[in-house]
Amino acid sequence: MAVKTLTIDGKHVSARDDQTILQTAREAGIRIPTLCDLPGVGPLGACRLCLVEVTGVPKLLPACVTVVQEGMEVQTNTERLRRYRLMIVELLFAERNHVCSVCVANNHCELQDRAMEIGMTHSRFAYQFPKLDVDTTHGRFGIDHNRCILCSRCVRVCDEIEGAHTWDVSGRGANARVITDMNVPWGEAASCTSCGKCVQACPTGAIFRIGATVAELEKDRTQLSFIVNARENKQWLG
Amino acid sequence: MDTTDLLEIAERERAARTPRRLRCCTAAGCLSQNGQALKAALIEAVKTAGLTDSVEVVGVGCMGLCSQGPLVQVDPDGPLYEKVTPDQAPAIVAALNEPSAPADDVRVGDPTHPFFAKQVPVVLQNSGKINPERIESYIEVGGYQALCTAVREMQPLEVCELITASGLRGRGGAGYPTGLKWSTVAKTESDRKFVVCNADEGDPGAFMDRSVLESDPHRIIEGMAIAAYAVGASQGFVYVRGEYPLAISRLKTAISQARRLGVLGAGVFETRFDFRVDIRIGAGAFVCGEETALMRSIEGHRGTPRPRPPFPAAKGLWGCPTLINNVETLANIPAIVANGPEWFAGLGTGKSAGTKVFALAGKIKNTGLIEVPMGTTLRTIVEEMGGGVPGGGSVKAVQTGGPSGGCIPAEHLDTPVDYESLAQLGSIMGSGGMIVMDESDNMVDVARFFMEFCMDESCGKCVPCRAGTVQIHHLLTKLRSGKGTARDLDVLRELCEMVKQTSLCGLGQSAPNPVLSTLRYFHNEYDTLLNDPMTPATKPLQTSTETR
Ligand SMILES: Cc1cc2nc3c(=O)[nH]c(=O)nc-3n(C[C@H](O)[C@H](O)[C@H](O)COP(=O)(O)O)c2cc1C
Ligand code: SF4
Ligand code: FES
Repeated sequence: MAVKTLTIDGKHVSARDDQTILQTAREAGIRIPTLCDLPGVGPLGACRLCLVEVTGVPKLLPACVTVVQEGMEVQTNTERLRRYRLMIVELLFAERNHVCSVCVANNHCELQDRAMEIGMTHSRFAYQFPKLDVDTTHGRFGIDHNRCILCSRCVRVCDEIEGAHTWDVSGRGANARVITDMNVPWGEAASCTSCGKCVQACPTGAIFRIGATVAELEKDRTQLSFIVNARENKQWLG
Repeated sequence: MDTTDLLEIAERERAARTPRRLRCCTAAGCLSQNGQALKAALIEAVKTAGLTDSVEVVGVGCMGLCSQGPLVQVDPDGPLYEKVTPDQAPAIVAALNEPSAPADDVRVGDPTHPFFAKQVPVVLQNSGKINPERIESYIEVGGYQALCTAVREMQPLEVCELITASGLRGRGGAGYPTGLKWSTVAKTESDRKFVVCNADEGDPGAFMDRSVLESDPHRIIEGMAIAAYAVGASQGFVYVRGEYPLAISRLKTAISQARRLGVLGAGVFETRFDFRVDIRIGAGAFVCGEETALMRSIEGHRGTPRPRPPFPAAKGLWGCPTLINNVETLANIPAIVANGPEWFAGLGTGKSAGTKVFALAGKIKNTGLIEVPMGTTLRTIVEEMGGGVPGGGSVKAVQTGGPSGGCIPAEHLDTPVDYESLAQLGSIMGSGGMIVMDESDNMVDVARFFMEFCMDESCGKCVPCRAGTVQIHHLLTKLRSGKGTARDLDVLRELCEMVKQTSLCGLGQSAPNPVLSTLRYFHNEYDTLLNDPMTPATKPLQTSTETR
């Protein structure tokens, strides 16, 4: 396996030739904001928060899917990138209903964390507040589409780790929704094993444990990477 | 099957020809104007006149001037009849006795009109001339000779080099050099490779690809087979949108005829080259024209784009190297192989070789399809060929590139149409839609129309495009209703830039273009809406996208 050297924000770093810019940056202690990325499942490159500038490349590149190259010069925190990231979280907050004060995931929400990290105080965009369903037919877990940011982590975790592929996405654009089985109520989704991995994977309060009230829903994401690590590297200690 | 056999088929076909022929358009445009009944009436009239031995009525593909359809052309060298109705059939047949005098009371077209005279048909060479439902009709005009030459007399890399030398660039929108794409796939090692013809044509108002598929389907199959030989693929897919039933049925017919004749299948022209073609039908999502989404769709998944690299040439269908080309790109291939790369390069301008087919629409007299050499000016196309604005109004702008393109104002009408010049003006060549606007068109409405299209067609995967197009559309609506502020205009501009720079695929990356180009050239129309909220609407706001 070859090793590549590159610079991220001026810092010299080395990486295995199959690592992404995001993984390399994390190892070097450089923080790049992410939302759709979830260690343990395949990358998607959809939230666009992790976009970085690479010298000589006209387009911005998503750090979570871009593999390192020898001599790459990466910038992760330019004025332009900060401006775009701010707009991305503003767009997400205006898209559905993300009123934190009445959310089960308040204080434990990655969308909220990103907004604070990026310095969002309000959204300049028109709040859409579509009236979307809340499905509690499963009995133990529920999905509140008003809180969903369509990161598809639940889809990937269910498909790649649990192997059930209960979740998927249907519809286009603003009408896109995560669905269970062939768009049946979750309680009727025959493929669901009730493993609860999607609850852990969801970055917001969209997928929740029934019974949790405001600010009570803490999520344990290390559980997912623990499973993957155990399976792939045969290591059972955290 | 070899060259001699092809020549024999062509000879038989010519011998069987009747002295006179009535070519009757059976492409979707004329069919929608009662073309089928007209064809039946002509056949009946020929029978009644007892002329079945000397006159044949042939259904052919599109003749271009769709606005004047149904069209009937009398061969050889007879008149072109326009807007023909079934009850005029007997008069047309009766007039056949007097070769010089056309039938009374039937409108006759003028073949010397610039609409026809300025065209240089390469892609549309056989459109409207041959019967698209008979392979013999294609072979009669030299069809499949190029494939035969390629597989029997050339090395695959030689074919790639020939296409590179021709200077052909992709007609699907981006203008990527075709030869370079081919040699990349050819040089990527793999046991399995694929060739895909992108016939998803989703731009509102564009129907170039449909016309080629309906009028000359064998040309696409020949182009694909040559491509497959050059890159080392043995399986091809044509991805056609489901809204094109006639194109699908003609392609199906063409594929089975080609297979029967040994032009497709195992041992093409008795060589060791195998190639089969299958059709995949799209379900009406614009984004499925984007190459990575298209491949997901062929694989049977939800058609959403993924980040590139890896490009399809490295990792395409089922992870194998895949060549994706547009219909019009592939339609150029047989002609380039037959006439040589120098001939093709000589047709256009330095960096944009060959011809381009455009679909003329909007405020223009002659709507329809035209094919002109690259470098023809917009003025020639719009004013001379298209006949300008009906009723003599003046052209305000020309929109090219559909929802990914921009509006070019009238003062730039002398711009030659090539990839670079259009890009410089903030538009793109795109797939070939050309919409003409006159003084009564409000440019904010135009921008809003295309934004609504992109908003509806966004796949929803990435945030900037999914949520950004909604907000851009909202801002345009707000401005248009006179409630917008100067601050809204700033946010609009900033948001457009962000969506362009950060979206995952070409749809989102180009969705702001119609807004940005109207902001660039027609800024006053946005400003007026701010300064004077009571500006009356020149036409009612469009509330729904008409296409799809
Ligand atoms: C949103 C979107 C829609 C597209 N639709 C089409 C289409 O309908 N037909 C097409 O040939 N190319 C389309 N393209 C371009 C294709 O991705 C691809 O570049 C093209 O098929 C390559 O062929 P070419 O090199 O022959 O142009 C589309 C691209 C995007 C981003
Ligand atoms: S840019 Fe639009 S169409 Fe393309 S992936 Fe993003 S949401 Fe989907
Ligand atoms: S984390 Fe890379 S695009 Fe979302």
